[in-house]
Amino acid sequence: MSTLSIKHLVKEYVPGKPVLKDISLDIEGRGITAIIGPSGTGKSTLIRCINRLINPTSGEMIFEGQDLAKLSGQPLREARRRIGMVFQEYNLVERLTVMENVLSGRLGYMGAWDAWRRNFKDSDIQKAFALLTRVGLADFANRRADELSGGQRQRVGIARAVMQSPGLLLADEPTSSLDPKTSVEIMEVMRDLAAENDIPVMINIHQVDLGKRYAQRVIGMSGGLVVYDGAPSGMDDEILKKIYGGESWLAT
Amino acid sequence: MNTASVTRDTFFAPTLGKRIAMIGVLVYVVYAAATLGLSLERVEKGIGYGARFLAGFFPPSFTETDILPGLLESLQIAFLSSLFGTVLAVPIAVLAARNLMPTWVTWIARLIIIFCRSFHPVIIAIIAVKAVGFGAAAGIIALTFASVGFVGKLLSEAIEEISLKQIEAVRATGASFMNVIAFGVIPQVMNRFIGFVAYETDSNLRNSTMVGVVGAGGIGGTLFSAFQRFDYSFVAGIIICIIALVMIGEVLQIYVKRVFR
Repeated sequence: MSTLSIKHLVKEYVPGKPVLKDISLDIEGRGITAIIGPSGTGKSTLIRCINRLINPTSGEMIFEGQDLAKLSGQPLREARRRIGMVFQEYNLVERLTVMENVLSGRLGYMGAWDAWRRNFKDSDIQKAFALLTRVGLADFANRRADELSGGQRQRVGIARAVMQSPGLLLADEPTSSLDPKTSVEIMEVMRDLAAENDIPVMINIHQVDLGKRYAQRVIGMSGGLVVYDGAPSGMDDEILKKIYGGESWLAT
Repeated sequence: MNTASVTRDTFFAPTLGKRIAMIGVLVYVVYAAATLGLSLERVEKGIGYGARFLAGFFPPSFTETDILPGLLESLQIAFLSSLFGTVLAVPIAVLAARNLMPTWVTWIARLIIIFCRSFHPVIIAIIAVKAVGFGAAAGIIALTFASVGFVGKLLSEAIEEISLKQIEAVRATGASFMNVIAFGVIPQVMNRFIGFVAYETDSNLRNSTMVGVVGAGGIGGTLFSAFQRFDYSFVAGIIICIIALVMIGEVLQIYVKRVFR
């Protein structure tokens, strides 16, 4: 059974003008699935529909036996706990410490009274510290998140997502605000942590080369539709022209 | 339009509207002063009275024993009303924040805040004295109302300015609404909130010396009766004590802010 099964997903921000036109996808097992496509084609919308930061107009998204599209309230929050998310601009809570940011991955499992008093379980704190050590930021545990550089912040963002013990990791252009070297480092951290914890990853990415390098599967989107779905090696210039349009931008 | 034809008036020409507004303000000032009988002669006479009145302040007298109890009562009124006001204001401010709540909820909360801010504390104190009788309870009620209005308005505005990206990330972890408040909203507004509460306590301290004038407890009552006895040297003593109290409050406020930040 696949991890996530999307069927006929449609999202219209303005009625009659769909951004996502009938997307059907199955994400199976583990590994990285990269979604590429021009800006404004609905990649972010697709990712955000899955954990319902955006509500889809119609369609199904079956995850762990439930249709995510139909959930609300408590069941939706419980489903969100199992879906980690990494953001383009890291979205750390800047005035909290690095440790608090990583531990906020456990908020879905805690009552308000415990959360307000920072009454985290020792096992959670140990796991958070192990994750921070793993991403090389153990020394920064007590620093405020806004003291960190972009690459460091994204590592914290990844640790926070993994802290949720998710069954699926979503990443919305996690490297778009980073320099090329840091981007590669972040992709490696994400790939390794996902592999170690057995989490399949869905990632939106602008850098086609990075996507091809780290993904086992590439999905090309254009105009709200899937126009390519296959191995990274199958992405030739013809396919890229189909996805992005034109050809003058392709290196000769 | 070529470069040579561009002059100062191209960009900074005074508009007719601005000129009319300025003349209008000038005319109103003259009209208001004239109808209230604010002539030079009147001002001269007033300064004469004022000088005699101020001369009555010396030497200030601290001998009466009711300064200290009055001051302590004012302090208690200020502290309790700030505490009650803040505790009530926080949930109202969250409910009034348009980025967290549905519109109809924010309107109810906003109406409460507007209501609390509509009246000067002294007016609420007059009503409270009628309702619960003379004494500190009326003062606490009056200043609590004012605190809810002040902290509620500023805090709800602070919440409306927070970064929604950080909120989005906390929501994405499956956190409940209260947990989003604890980890997404509060860290972003805490610093400003402490500033609001410190300022509010400071302003309640000043106002608590005044509500006594209408019988709502504190040093104000003592001050008012001293005025009515024309006991100006005692008035001066009370005023000096109030200044000292407010200054001590100022120093304490700096210290408390440093501890919490």
